[in-house]
Amino acid sequence: MSDDRARLTTTVNGTRYERDVEARMLLADFIRHDLGLTGTHVGCEHGVCGACTILVDGVPVRSCLMFAAQANGCALTTVEGLAPAPDRLHPLQEAFRDAHGLQCGFCTPGILMTMKAFLAENANPSEAEIREALSGNLCRCTGYQHIVDAVKLAAERTR
Amino acid sequence: MTRQFGASIKRNEDARLLAGRAQFVDDVELPGMLHAAFVRSPHAHARIVSVDASAALARRGVVAVYSAQDLGDYWRPGPVIVPPPPVEGAVFNERTQVPLAKGKARHVGEPVALVIASSRYIAEDAAAEVAIEWEPLPVAADLEHAAAPGAPRVHDDLPDNVAARVRQTKGDYAAAAKRAHRVVKRRFAYDHGCAQPMETRGVVAQWDARAERLTVWDTTQAPIAIRNGLAAMLGLSERQVRVVAPFIGGGFGPKIMLFYPDEVLIPWAAMKVGRPVKWIEDRAEHFFATTHERGQVHDAEIAVDGDGRILGVKDVFLHDTGAYDPYGLTVPINSQCTLLGPYVVPSYDSTFTAIFTNKPIVTPYRGAGRQHGVFVIERLLDVAARELGIDRAEIRRRNLIPTDAFPYDNEIIYQDFTRLGYDSGDYAPMLAKALDMIGYERFVREEQPRLRARGQCVGIGVVCYVEGTGIGPYEGAKVQVQTSGKVSLLTGIGTQGQGHFTSFAQIVADQLGVAVADVEVITGDTDQFYWGAGTFASRGAVVAGNAVNEAGLAVRKKILRVAAEHFECAEVDLEIADGRVSIAGVPGRSIPLGELAVLANPMRGAVAPGTEPGLEATSYFGPESGATASGVHAMIVEVDPETMIPTIRKYAVVHDCGTVINPMIVAGQVLGGVAQGIGNAFYEQLAFDSEGQLLNATLADYLLPTALDVPRIELGHTVTPSPLNPLGIKGVGEAGAIPVGPLFAQALEDALDLPARGKELNEIPLSPCRLWELAGSPK
Amino acid sequence: MKPARFRYVAAESIEHALAAKAEQGDDAKFLAGGQSLVPAMNFRLAQPATLIDLNPLRDLDYVRTGAGGALRIGALTRHRTIERDALVATHAPLLHEAAPHVAHPQIRNRGTLCGNLAHADPASEFPAAVLALGGRLRARSRRGERWIDARDFFRGVFTTALAPDELLAEVELPALAARTGTCFLEVARRRGDYALVGVAATVTLGADGKVATARVALCNAGAMPVVVAASDLDAAAEEVRRTIDPPENVHATAAFRRHLAGVLTRRALQTAAERAGR
Repeated sequence: MSDDRARLTTTVNGTRYERDVEARMLLADFIRHDLGLTGTHVGCEHGVCGACTILVDGVPVRSCLMFAAQANGCALTTVEGLAPAPDRLHPLQEAFRDAHGLQCGFCTPGILMTMKAFLAENANPSEAEIREALSGNLCRCTGYQHIVDAVKLAAERTR
Repeated sequence: MTRQFGASIKRNEDARLLAGRAQFVDDVELPGMLHAAFVRSPHAHARIVSVDASAALARRGVVAVYSAQDLGDYWRPGPVIVPPPPVEGAVFNERTQVPLAKGKARHVGEPVALVIASSRYIAEDAAAEVAIEWEPLPVAADLEHAAAPGAPRVHDDLPDNVAARVRQTKGDYAAAAKRAHRVVKRRFAYDHGCAQPMETRGVVAQWDARAERLTVWDTTQAPIAIRNGLAAMLGLSERQVRVVAPFIGGGFGPKIMLFYPDEVLIPWAAMKVGRPVKWIEDRAEHFFATTHERGQVHDAEIAVDGDGRILGVKDVFLHDTGAYDPYGLTVPINSQCTLLGPYVVPSYDSTFTAIFTNKPIVTPYRGAGRQHGVFVIERLLDVAARELGIDRAEIRRRNLIPTDAFPYDNEIIYQDFTRLGYDSGDYAPMLAKALDMIGYERFVREEQPRLRARGQCVGIGVVCYVEGTGIGPYEGAKVQVQTSGKVSLLTGIGTQGQGHFTSFAQIVADQLGVAVADVEVITGDTDQFYWGAGTFASRGAVVAGNAVNEAGLAVRKKILRVAAEHFECAEVDLEIADGRVSIAGVPGRSIPLGELAVLANPMRGAVAPGTEPGLEATSYFGPESGATASGVHAMIVEVDPETMIPTIRKYAVVHDCGTVINPMIVAGQVLGGVAQGIGNAFYEQLAFDSEGQLLNATLADYLLPTALDVPRIELGHTVTPSPLNPLGIKGVGEAGAIPVGPLFAQALEDALDLPARGKELNEIPLSPCRLWELAGSPK
Repeated sequence: MKPARFRYVAAESIEHALAAKAEQGDDAKFLAGGQSLVPAMNFRLAQPATLIDLNPLRDLDYVRTGAGGALRIGALTRHRTIERDALVATHAPLLHEAAPHVAHPQIRNRGTLCGNLAHADPASEFPAAVLALGGRLRARSRRGERWIDARDFFRGVFTTALAPDELLAEVELPALAARTGTCFLEVARRRGDYALVGVAATVTLGADGKVATARVALCNAGAMPVVVAASDLDAAAEEVRRTIDPPENVHATAAFRRHLAGVLTRRALQTAAERAGR
């Protein structure tokens, strides 16, 4: 293997992948274009917008600020891994639909992954806590209010 | 079945979006696909001496590099999207953008060469290796500098940088000023911003040489116009070109341009290299490759009588159109017209001059110049109120157009080239409601004095506005009952998150007796629906919505006719509900819509002359003029007088968009608009230096509001249906964003008690630093 | 916005990482959190020939107390740990208070304290906090290791005292003296943005309850974090305004930053003094 490539083994949404990638391949591009999991979106590629947020070993991170090679040995979860079955939604996804927590839906996968980890740590968040937790995800459509409502709703239903 | 039109129905499109299954342009993957990157000008104004692509072409994985010379006859300036309005004496110098800069570049980021390679990574490697020899030229960056005599010229063949000049008048302002109790003059500045949808733009093109068909996936808001233009430019028939605008990650205006250089070049390159080509704009490019908005300087005055009633307004303003003016005069005309607001302004004298500068192109972005006009009139009213000792809410109340004055004629010409008229409205109750929601009286009389006595800097603002929405020319829709019993609904406009998949479905669901979830809406695919204009000017629900309504009604008629034949009964005896047609009062006599659709497409026998097969209809709707929506925003804000950081304590919006199809979706539109307005008012500013370099071209430095910057917003609605369309709808897309600038200026000024110190806030956007400078040292 | 080519080395041990760095010097960069480095690479502002990824070295992710109650934080300890770890909250409340101001949760999940310090962005919060606390930094290389006082570590914009072959392996923060209070305050355009100006303050009271020593360190007040010592709280703000040379950019003028520095110095010292008295 040439030295600007890397070998990686990673688990994404429970499926194991072994790949040989260019070292500079961003994790977001790897997920989207190599694995075909296009639910993860790329908005800025400099770590501000949060659209590409995924869970790496359960922790939300920007997949545009990691190289695919760094995911070697990690377990990744993307938005495609949220729903329990193809025809069903995760309670968080349900709440986003019920509270109109999305419009164009481009930032939504990153927000869902961020909020999934957030609610796992804080089952009964205040509005201020939700807004703080959301502050690393930009949404240009909703003005955030319905997103906050959706997260509250999801928390209430899950309790 | 309960009525679905008018209810907060959950959105049809959400499941796909939430599960990550919705297709956006960058999700298109095709076998053998190549990737594009542009080489862009690092200079705002510079002559191109030479372009040498040899090193780039030598790189492994690079397929082609094109510069302007390689385009041959395909190189030509784009069309003017909107021609100048029929205003006497109007000047318009048409200079539109080109696919690749030839001779010289006129703004930073203007594309000079296109690289096609096996990956975007390699395309970027190669783009850095294209050697361009530049000869920098003096730069006309600042608006007023570019307008001054002797400024460097953006277009060498023009005598100066004037792109356009339009004067519009109503009544006799000079006479009004002469008899006025007072005339107040001010200078107002409103600086550049941009839309920044979370999805950047992108184009994927595939030429199928055997089928002789071109397919283009494009983040455009106007797929049909793109198809028509591409076919003409490439020498193809419109039937050979399919343009798909799939799910789009926000548009807000800049995603409609005819044409962006990439929209012209990527399909051409795909045909040239014989392989699919993808170009996805990255965020760094987006700051230059996608259009901007704003940048005006107004010298305005208002003449009032002793009671604060407006006698007239005069406004002379400069508008920065950037390096080219493909969008004609839409933005400054909107500023000019929207200034008149919900007020009786008996005389008006407004002249604008649009100026070319060495900056990226300016086209409409949510509000499309209306902000600027609203800022000017609202600030003038605040100054007049203060000078006359009238309360700020009261001076607005006194000047509102009375309820019995509609339709109201404002005499001047609007962006749709019709006379600026307001179809309907009822402004006084909106203002009263907003004042009540924000607690205006109590705040001004009790809370503010009490808090001020404790040293807290709290202020209140209230602003009114109108928005001309839902302009022509037309949109169309086709409604069809499938043999499955589900309904398909096709329309030509694109959709960028507005909820069309649901609100359009709601219009036909009641008519055809089906659930909203059983209406499949298809938009933005030119193979599915041929005709249309696009999604802009808050017109989707108004124009396409009414076309959907007419088509739905026509299908309902067909259903009743076919069912009456089937049951051998009269149409009046039939009812349509729950996906079936039944004979009223006769249990068991019913037929599912799907079976009726089969009957309407018989395999034997003959379709009767004068009838058509299928339960299907296509309709078009074009309003005679735009429907005028209106609103009032009010806000209480507290400012830390040392750090100048504001905290919004309360924000209320009352809005009237006529008949509402889906209150939940309308609320979302207004809330999102306010958030963009807040960004515009206090966070977002494209900062150019004197060399035309953008100093904050990242999302770390161009500050989009976060969940911590946008407060909870209280919404109130009033409804005055539009008489201009059968559904009574007015547009809502841009409303929330329009009046936030003057609201911030007014409330912050009040919070810091600036007028008491002879200071005013007459510019937008503001920032803590700018507030500190403008406020000066405390008493 | 795709990074240029580079060689990727996943560190197998700290010795392996140090050997690779010693071989390549400035052509190689350590990759810890990468939350500043990767954006710079995506913009192609940084194009290192080699990245030595420290992330496999999980035993460098620690917070522990050492001799004399000093707090020791490893090369791979994430911001999120600084924000949440109970030891940090009790032993270095100033660092704990600064952490939520550093970017956003997803960035803090990945970014590391040592990476942040080695990046030496004068606008960043942690360098000022570590300076105010009188911390010292352990540099390791194949040649051995040495301790660098925080005051000597920051040399300018993105410039530190680290040699090309050295890794910032650990930060040590001394235990707070008795009757000491701290406070971190900043003004940013939005929460999570780099501060227009930030102030990390420590105040120690004498047995008489009066201020014995006071110190502020400021971020975004010059080419590197600025430390100002004062015994008179009232004079401190004036001293800060007089001393600093803040930058000017699209977000604020130097004059406004100077003004804010004075305001925040006064407020932070007051709060720190109150906390010291509790």
